[in-house]
Amino acid sequence: MKTFAYTIKQAFIQFGRNRSMSVISIFAITCMLLILSLFFILFINVNSAAETIKGDYDSIEVFLLDETTQDDANVMIEDLKQQEGVADAYFKTREEAMAEFKARWGENGYLLDSLQDNPLPNSIVIKIGDLEKADAIAQHAAEYEGIEDVKYYKSTVDKLLKATNFIKISAMVIMLFLIIVSIIVVSNTIKLTVFNRADEISIMKYVGATNWFIRGPFLIEGILIGVISAAISLGITYLVYDQIVDIIGDQVYKMLSMPMVPVGFLIFNFAWIFLALGVSIGSCGSIISMRKFLDA
Amino acid sequence: MIEFDHVTKRYKSNIGLDDVSVKINEGDFVFLVGPSGAGKSTFVKLILKELDADRGKITVRGKNVTAMSARNVPKLRRNIGIVFQDFRLLPKKTVYENVAFAMEIIHKPRRIIKKQVPQVLTMMGIADKANKYPDELSAGEQQRVAIARAIVNRPKILIADEPTGNLDPDTAWEIMQLLNQINQLGTTIVMVTHAKDIVDKMEKRVIAIEKGRIVRDEKGMYGYKEALEDATSAFDTMPMNSRGTFKAGFRRGGRS
Repeated sequence: MKTFAYTIKQAFIQFGRNRSMSVISIFAITCMLLILSLFFILFINVNSAAETIKGDYDSIEVFLLDETTQDDANVMIEDLKQQEGVADAYFKTREEAMAEFKARWGENGYLLDSLQDNPLPNSIVIKIGDLEKADAIAQHAAEYEGIEDVKYYKSTVDKLLKATNFIKISAMVIMLFLIIVSIIVVSNTIKLTVFNRADEISIMKYVGATNWFIRGPFLIEGILIGVISAAISLGITYLVYDQIVDIIGDQVYKMLSMPMVPVGFLIFNFAWIFLALGVSIGSCGSIISMRKFLDA
Repeated sequence: MIEFDHVTKRYKSNIGLDDVSVKINEGDFVFLVGPSGAGKSTFVKLILKELDADRGKITVRGKNVTAMSARNVPKLRRNIGIVFQDFRLLPKKTVYENVAFAMEIIHKPRRIIKKQVPQVLTMMGIADKANKYPDELSAGEQQRVAIARAIVNRPKILIADEPTGNLDPDTAWEIMQLLNQINQLGTTIVMVTHAKDIVDKMEKRVIAIEKGRIVRDEKGMYGYKEALEDATSAFDTMPMNSRGTFKAGFRRGGRS
């Protein structure tokens, strides 16, 4: 316990004596974490978009002509249910379609009230159990009499998923790169502190201090730098992302019919990630920079 | 106390120690002499396990140092005090803090630190300098602080690496008296030195190392045989003038 107190005290003293370098490191790591968070936000939103798209992917919507009756539709539904790979098929009235549409528009849903006629058609929704059979089902449905169109976004979905995968992988590579750069920055800062105290360290070693006793304060100093940077970038990310959601959240929702990841959820997850990153960047940096000094 | 058993240590391009066997007993006062690069530093570093031997076995206080794990090295060093030629005091700490530092980092209770540090400073004759900073002290006083720091944890072995190298002869002699005193209290002392006059005057055991080998191990003078040989050869090659007298005198022995 006494050793722990000593370690913490020494870390703060070093941090203070090394103030300009500490501030520079914090600045550099904060910048790095901010860029990182940019990619995180992109990553998380793309990921949630991909999930939404995948959800749409397992259904085919068959739009019916206005003259097609519900009885005609029921015949089709019975036939579809016989098809291989169909999990379920049901009738969706134009009123239900409008209600869904309104719900998607959210607060702006009242705008649709000004429409005098409901322009939406009745439809049959087919839930697909086996995605392999989706093409065949769509083709089969297209052969029915009295239908207007079969809405099935397979190729679009495929392209989108490919694109999101690419974005996800590049974001991960860039994040990895940024983390490595951060570790190098911290390790250089600590190296300067270590150089300043090389004499003290060698004396400590000769008198018989253990390596962890010597390393402790530097480790805490590194972690301190990491945690402070994490806290600052977390705050900035919160403010900026909150603004972004405020400004373009609605538009994104209308364009992609997908909500942006809410700021609370994002920050809560970021807090853990940033804290973990800050701590590991700081401790890796300091351990790397001390390795040479503690070899013998 | 310290035993080298056929110890060899090689560096990339040259030999540190070559098949060295030697035994230093408890309470000994040993001078380690020899030209620069002979292997004296290697010898000391092997005792402290700053280096690992390539072959042979080193025992310090009954512990096999060669087979010691890195985890136990700090424990080994706590029983060995070290004094350097350049003192290596921490400039931002006072005399008292410099000495207390050695006790703090091995977690000695404050109560004991408060008792032992003044005792050691008194023994070293610098009790009145406790609150001064190293740069306010003379070289001799700084070396006393360094010795105080080395012995405050009461090590069984004290290694002094050219402790008088930066001191004038009178001060050097005072430091030697202190080391002698510490030795008489039971601490084994291994002192690396080039100071011939001191070695000769102390009349302690002298281990001479050259090119990684122990060339002499006996009680007495710095360069007993070499000094004579040097003198003889110097005599032989001494240029004489026509009257058969020396052109110039020569110092007997000299630093090797």
